[in-house]
Amino acid sequence: MDPSATTAGPPHVERVPGDPVVLRLSGRLVLADAERLWRDVGAALDQDHGPVRVDLSGVETLDGGTAAVLQHLFHEREQAGRAIDIGGANADVQALIDRFGIEADATPLRAAPARAGTMEQVGRFTLDLIESMRGGFAFVGEMSRAIVAAVRQPSTIQWRDIPYLTEKVGADGVPIVCLISFLVGLITAYSAAVQLHKFGADIFVADAVALGMVREMGPLMTAIIVASRTGAGYAAELGTMAVNEEIDALRTLGLCPYRYLVVPRTIAVIIALPLLTILADVLGMLGGAVIGLGYLDITTSAWVKESHKALNLGHFAYGMLKPPVFAVIIGLVACERGLSTRGGAEGVGRSTTSAVVTSLLMLVIATAVFTVLGQQIGFRS
Amino acid sequence: MSEGLTPVITVEGLAIGWGGRPLLRDLNFTVSRGDVFVILGGSGCGKSTLLRHLIGLQTPMAGSIHIEGFGAPRLTTEAPPFGMMFQSGALFGSMTLAENVALPLSKWTRLERDAIDAVVRAKLRLVGLEGFENHLPAEISGGMQKRAGIARALAFDPPLLFLDEPSAGLDPITAVELDETIRDLSQFLDTTLVIVTHELASVFKIATRCIMLDKAAGGMIASGDPRTLRDQTAVQFVKAFFNRSPVHAMTGEQVQRLGRDGTPVGDIG
Repeated sequence: MDPSATTAGPPHVERVPGDPVVLRLSGRLVLADAERLWRDVGAALDQDHGPVRVDLSGVETLDGGTAAVLQHLFHEREQAGRAIDIGGANADVQALIDRFGIEADATPLRAAPARAGTMEQVGRFTLDLIESMRGGFAFVGEMSRAIVAAVRQPSTIQWRDIPYLTEKVGADGVPIVCLISFLVGLITAYSAAVQLHKFGADIFVADAVALGMVREMGPLMTAIIVASRTGAGYAAELGTMAVNEEIDALRTLGLCPYRYLVVPRTIAVIIALPLLTILADVLGMLGGAVIGLGYLDITTSAWVKESHKALNLGHFAYGMLKPPVFAVIIGLVACERGLSTRGGAEGVGRSTTSAVVTSLLMLVIATAVFTVLGQQIGFRS
Repeated sequence: MSEGLTPVITVEGLAIGWGGRPLLRDLNFTVSRGDVFVILGGSGCGKSTLLRHLIGLQTPMAGSIHIEGFGAPRLTTEAPPFGMMFQSGALFGSMTLAENVALPLSKWTRLERDAIDAVVRAKLRLVGLEGFENHLPAEISGGMQKRAGIARALAFDPPLLFLDEPSAGLDPITAVELDETIRDLSQFLDTTLVIVTHELASVFKIATRCIMLDKAAGGMIASGDPRTLRDQTAVQFVKAFFNRSPVHAMTGEQVQRLGRDGTPVGDIG
């Protein structure tokens, strides 16, 4: 090779026609310039289909990425049947070229997205569903054992955590529950007022608010807030413990995660949710009263009297049947999702989302069941 | 097999894996009382998975594991017969180091609080963490978390202790101190230890017996006293491992899995 071909500086590609064609690369071949190199070398190689001799004697510097890029270009042509002979490189460059060779059976990095047929998608979905149902059943089984154990050996339950956990669910949730139920009461009253005012039936807004809050909105809104606040928190906490092997560590210490983590958390929700619900009922009615007294010109005594007339203990009892059931749903769904978390930070995110979505869905279903059963057994409003 | 010694763990024809795919097959070995039993092997060959099976976190695909006086490893809701340190430490993030170590003690003993405190202090001192008792795991380094994990595993003075890469990520001085702690445990407290490690220096210092697992062979490729293995093995991979030579120096060597009787079975490339 002609030593004068050695030039300093930027990469240079020179194609010398002949038999074989000689491709002379020179300069500093670094990844920052590799885009040009990729284009130029590719174009030079593709001008004909005969054998090529690649002369690297002019290459001053080569970095790993560029070596891989070059090797790829050559490998691709070799696969297509071209004879490519690489030579002339100094020892350092040659070492890099050798090290970054292309493996014939390299794993494709961007596997073509598998296009699943309808049948396959249905099949996969069914399998996933069965798998998640199996997980759910296993959880219910473990949970039942934990409850039996709680009754038979109460000492194996982590009772000590319950006051703290209850405070977290209950006391810490008070501000948001107050705010939201006040607004829900206000909205209910306003919507009812607009309609009832047309009939001169303003006073019945008090009935709508009292019954609506105590029977339906109070329990449901509170449960939704707790599911999003506490349920998500439990799923994330237990999920992080699961991916950090803390749950495994707990098990190897002889501590059952159901008795140690799930039971206390569920009990905390069972204690706190009814209390929050009562608070929500009261705040909701206060919100309604703001509309009734401020906007509808109803006197305080008439409003209170009407509310009192509308509500009886049966309505309150019906409303208060719900929170314990909702609490069990929130606690168990969140803990189940948390404990079954796999796969790092992303898994924790997935569990948290899934815990909230699943509990909201189940809360609404439970509310529907309550409404139908309530009608059947005569808890009519 | 070490004759005349009481077996603590007996593993026969064990096959283990993840999600229905076997990773290692035909594992046969016995851990005897007082052994410092080291499991060696390249990254990703299934050492930690084997450990998870030995403590009952996973169920074998085939074969059996028997722990003397306990039976097949399983999860209990009683005081466990062994201690385990996870690779990451797996400390409870919401508890201080002292509370982490105290947890099994307060759950499974009737010790007074002060007595538990004394034990906790002693165990944390043993792993060089005095002064950090009231730190949360997130406030200390990874190596310290690992040591706290050892302290928690030791809380109970279990007769059998599993350690998953105890000295990885520790500075050389702490690593040497840890080796000494391990030797002391074995010599003075008669603890049987099963250790997964990569640290060859510590293997020669502490191991009474070791086995080597290999991913390509899908099982055990060597077992015995580490020095004998280093000096006398005919298996190229084992030689390469002990001499810290790169594996691509091996040429066309046939690595063979060891079968039930310790003789090679089934050729693999």
